[in-house]
Amino acid sequence: MNVGQVFREERGRLLATLVKRFGDLDLAEEVTSDAIEAALKHWPVDGVPDRPGAWLLTTARRKAVDRLRRDQVHAARLALLQVEVDRADPPAGDGLPDERLELFFTCAHPALAEEDRGALTLRCLAGFTTPEVARAYLVPVTTMQQRIVRAKKKIKEARIPFRVPDPHELPERLPGVLQAVYSIFTEGYAAQRDDLADEAIRLARILQDLLPDREVTGLLALMLLIHARRDARAELLEDQDRALWDRDMIDEGSALAERALTGGYGPYGVQAAINALHDEAPDFDSTDWPQIVALYDVLGKLAPSPVVALNRAAAIAMRDGAETGLALLDALAGEPRLRDYHPYRAARADLLHRLGRDAEAAEAYREAIALAGTESEQDFLRRRLTAVEEQS
Amino acid sequence: MKYMLLIYAAADQQPTCTVADWIAYEKEMRDAGVLVSGHSLADLVTATTVQVGQDGKRTVTDGPFAETREVLGGYDVIDVPDLDAALEWAAKCPGSRDGGAVVVRPIAEFDF
Repeated sequence: MNVGQVFREERGRLLATLVKRFGDLDLAEEVTSDAIEAALKHWPVDGVPDRPGAWLLTTARRKAVDRLRRDQVHAARLALLQVEVDRADPPAGDGLPDERLELFFTCAHPALAEEDRGALTLRCLAGFTTPEVARAYLVPVTTMQQRIVRAKKKIKEARIPFRVPDPHELPERLPGVLQAVYSIFTEGYAAQRDDLADEAIRLARILQDLLPDREVTGLLALMLLIHARRDARAELLEDQDRALWDRDMIDEGSALAERALTGGYGPYGVQAAINALHDEAPDFDSTDWPQIVALYDVLGKLAPSPVVALNRAAAIAMRDGAETGLALLDALAGEPRLRDYHPYRAARADLLHRLGRDAEAAEAYREAIALAGTESEQDFLRRRLTAVEEQS
Repeated sequence: MKYMLLIYAAADQQPTCTVADWIAYEKEMRDAGVLVSGHSLADLVTATTVQVGQDGKRTVTDGPFAETREVLGGYDVIDVPDLDAALEWAAKCPGSRDGGAVVVRPIAEFDF
């Protein structure tokens, strides 16, 4: 790990601790950056302190006191005294207290716009800068700046708390946190940005340490089992060279999926199990389609959505034939959420092609290409289209 | 921190909650010591809108300023520690059911 990565690790933890103490995200972010800047200046010269976490916290607090002395209005509201009293008592042990779980719940609070939750999580917990977050979500830096400022203003002025919800609130609140982390992963996957997928997996590991919950485990398993296929993903699942799949990641993901489905189940665990079945099949033809269809049936009851119905139809096409699958897909044609969803058109195109209806398949691929969001998705679909055109 | 709970009823749906539900809700807020003030508003047909133009001329019209599908039926101002607590009270409000909605707005604080 280089120095930058070490600080990325420490940053979220330090930030969480400071937000907890100050109750002010802006001030906490400023002094976190100040402290890390100071460390980058001093540590290479003076050596890394015995307790780096405590050093960072003490430095950040001192910076906070300096800032509050300069800004009396701010200080009056933030109880300067509390910050100063705290200075006398550095944390026990080597590290900082881990208050990142609170920060996860604040960043993914349901009162924030859904599109901003992943962005805020990347910024506060993964230590991304605003331009890095903007690149992750493929939006201009100024747009992301405005979104983050707006979200932080809401946290501050509507007083969104920094707390872990009570156990009875968790079923309502945890899915938002998991969705924020998963959105980072899916953004990364669509854009073939492995750094984002790695970051999402790292965040899920932190969550899993802090909050033992089957769905946290299920989400981690799901991402590992998808990410295991990263080096082969330029092809459709059926054409992928399975020797390129990451065996260690599959083993870890499968074991976690099993844990997530022991004594109960949730949507992430079920999706993980579906991907485990794909990953464990030695080749495409020996995939356990009946079991996958059964899992999609469960998923459709737990978390009904047109996208789940689409994937279920594709699995049924494998189990019962393309004709049956196509009839199910066509029955979904009226779903507003699928109208502009390119995987829907692509799935239709694949089945039409399997049925030898290549002119219709080509048309469906063209529709899919027009709707695809990223260049890599478009390239992929263009190759499918070319293959169909050459064969017909 | 003070929040205003703006209680909107769906214009096209008859609420199933009773007067007793509202009385119980208000009592719960009073007993918890969070209620600052609150009122129900009289029927929408009694509303009158006043606007003063740039020329200082007063225009008085019948009805609320903007016709919406949802009708503001009342409000409560509560004093609670944070947004989670305010959302908890909003969810308990009988007006949040049956197609109604409660909009939670923090009361602005000014430093003078």
